Amino acid sequence: MNLKSIYKLGSPPLFYKLCIVLEPWYLISSILLIAVGMYGGLFVAPPDYQMGDAFRIIYFHVPSAYVSMMAYVFMAVSAIIGLTWRSNVAFSLAKSCAPIGASFTFLALITGMLWGKPMWGTAWVWDARLTSELILLFLYLAYIMLHLSIPDRSKADRATALLAIVGVVNIPIIHYSVVWWNTLHQASTISKFAKPSIATEMLWPLVIMILGYTLLFAAFLSKRTAAELAVREKRTRWLQTLIVGDKNNA
Amino acid sequence: MLPRHRRFTGLIVVLFGVSLASFFVLKSFQENLLYYFTPVQVQSGEAPIDREFRMGGLVVPGSFKREEGSLSVEFVMTDGGASIRVKYTGLLPDLFKEGQGIITRGRINASGVFSAIEVLAKHDENYMPPKIQPLTEQT
Repeated sequence: MNLKSIYKLGSPPLFYKLCIVLEPWYLISSILLIAVGMYGGLFVAPPDYQMGDAFRIIYFHVPSAYVSMMAYVFMAVSAIIGLTWRSNVAFSLAKSCAPIGASFTFLALITGMLWGKPMWGTAWVWDARLTSELILLFLYLAYIMLHLSIPDRSKADRATALLAIVGVVNIPIIHYSVVWWNTLHQASTISKFAKPSIATEMLWPLVIMILGYTLLFAAFLSKRTAAELAVREKRTRWLQTLIVGDKNNA
Repeated sequence: MLPRHRRFTGLIVVLFGVSLASFFVLKSFQENLLYYFTPVQVQSGEAPIDREFRMGGLVVPGSFKREEGSLSVEFVMTDGGASIRVKYTGLLPDLFKEGQGIITRGRINASGVFSAIEVLAKHDENYMPPKIQPLTEQT
């Protein structure tokens, strides 16, 4: 791909159409993958030797936690592109990431608490991993509230982009918290270069669930970004002809 | 320099500065961010003696004793280097057993016995089905 075709993605009409076209494919493939992953994780995978069936919450906890961090990195990169090129498409992407990322962070925290109560003996502790993931939720919420509190859209875009970029230092802290400090939370099972410390028949549904959750994020993001672009470009001719054209066809 | 180059460089400098600042902040809070001390650290006097702290380690196999008809238990915790006797009265989590990693919260007394007021089980990152468990127990 040459540089010119990347620049073309910055054009709102083109990106809007791309989102509209890709969204159903992302959604269908993510539903299929999540269905297969849930069947594999809840019915096919054997119970854990210590935790029995309770370990199966890993199939929801790990994908949510992964997407919560990936979404933040995506938001920060969009913010850098937006601030550098003053790109409306990049700012729309960043703004659309925040509520989706916050939801996945919330899911990761809740599923972790549900597992922690019986297994650790407590739903919440203030160790480095749990605290930094909670800070991630607060960063997303701060981003959303900051955007709402500034009436001028381009000022809001720039201020929130800076917040997103500064907050990205939290991502390596979350990831390495279990390595750098003693934590109650266990170390990473699969996100390391060595062999995963999970049996293969338990691993494959997890990988499929992670892929499914990632595509679900892509589907939500496409939908939200298309809507955001439509709001921002409501007075432009391309959007008006697109909508009126659709009406004529119907 | 084009304006967009200037903006991009500015952002990278901001990001670098924030990373550096948070590195030093985390470095200086290193001790407070440790969720627990290991028995070796406790024995060498790194853990506070005048207040509560947490200790993490393995329950030594064969050391677990329960006082008949009560919730009072006693066991030894180790990290391979040092061993510390722990007394506790209360409910134990599902994963608690001998050989298991746990985290206890409490105080250490003058005779070197740790009286715990909370016991949490620490699960490791290994997940496996029951049938291959004997293999790992041998190693």
